Amino acid sequence: MASIDEKRGTARQPKRGVPHGLWLRCTGCKETIFRSEAEKFFNLCPKCGYHFYVTAKERINQVLDTGTFEEWDKDVLPTDPLNFHDNKPYSERLTAEQKRTGLSEAAVTGTGMIRARRVAFGVTDSAFIMGSMGSVVGERLARLVERATEQRLPLIIVSGSGGGARMHEGILSLMQMAKVSAALARYDQAGGLFISVLTNPTMGGVAASFASLGDLIFAEPRALIGFAGPRTIMATIRLELPKGFQTSEFLLEHGYIDRIVTRDKLKSEIARAIDYCGK
Amino acid sequence: MATQNGLPFEAPIYQLEDRLRELLANAGSSPEHDDEIRRVRRELAETTRRIYANLTPWETVLVAREKNRPYTADYLSLVFDEFVELHGDKFFGDDRAMLCGFANLEQQKVVVIGHQKGRTYKERSACNFGCAHPEGYRKALAKMRLAAKFGLPVICIIDTPGAYPGIGAEERGQATVIAQNMYEMSRLPTPIICVVIGEGGSGGALGIGVGDRVAMLEHSYYSVISPEGCAGILWKSHQFAEKAAKALRFRSRDLLQFGIVDSVIDEPLGGAHRDHHRMAARLKQYLIKTLRELRAVPTPDLLLGRYEKFRRMGAFLDQASIDQSGQASTEAAGVR
Repeated sequence: MASIDEKRGTARQPKRGVPHGLWLRCTGCKETIFRSEAEKFFNLCPKCGYHFYVTAKERINQVLDTGTFEEWDKDVLPTDPLNFHDNKPYSERLTAEQKRTGLSEAAVTGTGMIRARRVAFGVTDSAFIMGSMGSVVGERLARLVERATEQRLPLIIVSGSGGGARMHEGILSLMQMAKVSAALARYDQAGGLFISVLTNPTMGGVAASFASLGDLIFAEPRALIGFAGPRTIMATIRLELPKGFQTSEFLLEHGYIDRIVTRDKLKSEIARAIDYCGK
Repeated sequence: MATQNGLPFEAPIYQLEDRLRELLANAGSSPEHDDEIRRVRRELAETTRRIYANLTPWETVLVAREKNRPYTADYLSLVFDEFVELHGDKFFGDDRAMLCGFANLEQQKVVVIGHQKGRTYKERSACNFGCAHPEGYRKALAKMRLAAKFGLPVICIIDTPGAYPGIGAEERGQATVIAQNMYEMSRLPTPIICVVIGEGGSGGALGIGVGDRVAMLEHSYYSVISPEGCAGILWKSHQFAEKAAKALRFRSRDLLQFGIVDSVIDEPLGGAHRDHHRMAARLKQYLIKTLRELRAVPTPDLLLGRYEKFRRMGAFLDQASIDQSGQASTEAAGVR
């Protein structure tokens, strides 16, 4: 079962694998709730419906029919092209992240069924270096889109990426934005249906590429979604940011997403959209 | 004195320039005096060459940001015979950080799109220092579509610290417009040449950066994040920008090596800011030559080539393909 982190912006320290208590204080309503109760129901707060972080694995279980997921391209693995070194070498950081999260990279891609409809499915997990898009995330997603094009499958990508591009891979990381967007343009030309699902957080280079290119864009309630980080904006304009800035609701109001969908309804909403588009 | 506002590492150059000016002003034409002038000239050239051959990554950033460096507007007048500005984004407003319009390059009609930084304080503030808003990217895309419709090649001139981070920019869909620009540029049925002339600031650069050929001027940089931004996140302080600049490997030669850019256009001795005309002539030569190449390619091949160019970018290990080729080593893909 996925673990829940009390803090909003949970991506920073998902307390995965750490033994945790019976009780949990909800970030949304500040009520004390039973952890198991939330975990039983999509990692939502039973009192206010606050959406806690879920792992990529858990997301797959929630959205795809049980046992239908088949992973693609797990052999595509990260490397350290820049020999990047901040307070520790990037190669060590990768190993540590892999060990901590149990993921080989920030994106998991493959195929599965949604209420008996075959789809190409991808998810980025904000626990792995903020879900940032390095070469492997870009490559796995580009291959996912290409296979969806060849096999004429509807495409669902659930984004949870606070980091956008991945600094440790420099310019190679930035170019993944163009690479995945170009693959999506071909998929679009072939008549494919792409449903992009935005979750907390979807920022920077991920927001400014595939996440914003869905034929349909859904978002979980109260997710942080935007281009520039709130702190960067505050440092630039030197003003307080308005309440609710860069949330799903803010984006809906400004016309950038189609629907806000709660997690318990996500599977049925996706299935319905696929049916409407005749895919 | 020139040194007050100049680049710190150029101090020896300024000293020699001052000395030369002094000598030239005191026009006593004795043979010794002429010899001295020749000697200082030679030393100046050597010093400049030495300094510019050994720029650190951080110094390259300073050169790329030098306020006398030619901007898009300078190239518009120096490279092209005519520029007819087209303003409308037909949506929200006119962004001065993005210049668009028809231009004439030696009898070849083209559409030019470029970031503009502005030189005086007034210009800079009108252009938001080259940081475009969503309306700028929308305007750029609208003009690129216009170009494709009427069979005109597109030239994108990149020079931005990054797309503008602000409330209005977010409200008007900064993330969406950059995504849509890359999406549409990847399949725009006309030749596209992109040139980074100064700062290639992340998504803001890539928003007009998808093309058949991507070139960089020698002392420009093109990065996933500004060195200050990277230092702030990874080293928790902007003071480590020099360190970040080194780690990010964002100079023209690095990008050539990574297969991100196709060409590096050499700058005149001591950087583009020392000789706008010579720099413009080299850029012009590159554009004419590249345009001739691209115009010979049928559109479907052009688009396929553009797709494959970006599709190849990235560095990763692919265990599956290694197994297939029967090699034992895991070091395969590397920087492809």
